[in-house]
Amino acid sequence: MKYVDEFRDAQLIRQAAAEIRKLARPDKHFRLMEVCGGHTHAIYRFALADLLPGNIELVHGPGCPVCVLPMGRVDDGLSLASDPKVILTVFGDMMRVPGRTGTPLEHKARGADIRMVYSPLDALKLARENPDREVVFFAIGFETTAPSTALTLRQARALGLRNFSVFCNHVTIIPAIRAILDSPGMRIDAFIGPGHVSTVIGCRPYEFITTRYGKPLVTSGFEPLDVLQSIVMILRQLDSGIARVENQYARVVPWEGNIPALKALAEVFELRPYFEWRGLGFISQSALRLNDEYSEWDAEKRFHVPGVRVTDPKAAQCGEVLKGVLKPHQCKLFGRECTPEKPVGALMVSSEGACAAFHNYAVRTGATTAASTGS
Amino acid sequence: MCLAIPGKIVELFPDQPHLAVIEVSGVRRKVNVDLVRDEVPLAVSDWLLIHVGFAMSRISAEYADEQMRLLTMLGEADQAISELEGYEFDQT
Repeated sequence: MKYVDEFRDAQLIRQAAAEIRKLARPDKHFRLMEVCGGHTHAIYRFALADLLPGNIELVHGPGCPVCVLPMGRVDDGLSLASDPKVILTVFGDMMRVPGRTGTPLEHKARGADIRMVYSPLDALKLARENPDREVVFFAIGFETTAPSTALTLRQARALGLRNFSVFCNHVTIIPAIRAILDSPGMRIDAFIGPGHVSTVIGCRPYEFITTRYGKPLVTSGFEPLDVLQSIVMILRQLDSGIARVENQYARVVPWEGNIPALKALAEVFELRPYFEWRGLGFISQSALRLNDEYSEWDAEKRFHVPGVRVTDPKAAQCGEVLKGVLKPHQCKLFGRECTPEKPVGALMVSSEGACAAFHNYAVRTGATTAASTGS
Repeated sequence: MCLAIPGKIVELFPDQPHLAVIEVSGVRRKVNVDLVRDEVPLAVSDWLLIHVGFAMSRISAEYADEQMRLLTMLGEADQAISELEGYEFDQT
């Protein structure tokens, strides 16, 4: 409990930890998946596994958008930047994500016009300032980020801006959770639901997890106390035998979500029949593309996109880690061939990926044993 | 990617209701508020949670403090300010 005294809610945290120890029946093993990469980061940063009994295992889910983007899509995006007319705009998180021929940063160093933006609106502004160039926004992210792309596209359309387009890689969280629940090696008992995705989609879309699969889900905030309280709520449900969706993060997450954001998504996007996720493979109806009304702004229609497919190295066991079958350090490549500096697999790519978070906090602080509680 | 920055509204524009100037740790930038102005009109001194240039939620002043402290504890406060400073779409 080395960090507890530094937390504002130290006393409440101790109480929640004591409650968890009381509820976690010693004859059982509990595997709880935190879906969101932000939670994974917080769990490692605050060494929350140290506060949990050994029979509670936290499994790190697919909610890191950079991590789940297949390498082929990175290559496809970078291929757009080989056209000298194109300015490719990407979020900072993407700049160091490797494609087969290097990262966006390396392509930029070789002369491609690739620019980092903090908002899709910055890409829109570049398009207005450079009418003789084609500005493409490399859109990534879950439902937290997709509404901002939708609103930017709405604005492009209202402005009649023809030299702006979106290379859309937005994904949706529900099909990924369903794919994990349906996978043969699935060993998850309950879910710590994402915080900011839920501000957009609300809590209702998670109900099938409780009704069809009988697993509790509690949407959670990101503070140490939030995560521990969510675990208490989950354990109470598991103890009672009744699975429900509960909202620990009600101070930010409305049960019905953000209605204007959902409307904007519905107006601009449609579901792709299927999309590939790194580590999970193809998942049907799990990603967004621009609908016919917005096809003029769809980079995949405006440019030739090669549709590159790159298979992850077989030795990288990202899928097993995502499903909770393996802990990050149990992968054969972890810390050897695959490191945050030179990632091989999806989960080492971003600081919110399970393997990178484990490497950054557990390995580098020498806390491997504590962080691998339950393995 | 999940970075959400708490910001306080310091200026609204009657002729551009989709925009607001927010302040975070002394840094002021315009953000888009289209997703949070459907029910109750926004007012100066309201707090918002910002993500990639867009307000995603209205939050209480207390939660804004909490979120800023959390970003500091996660080592992401500087990154949040850089993100805010990086928004360029309001500079025209």
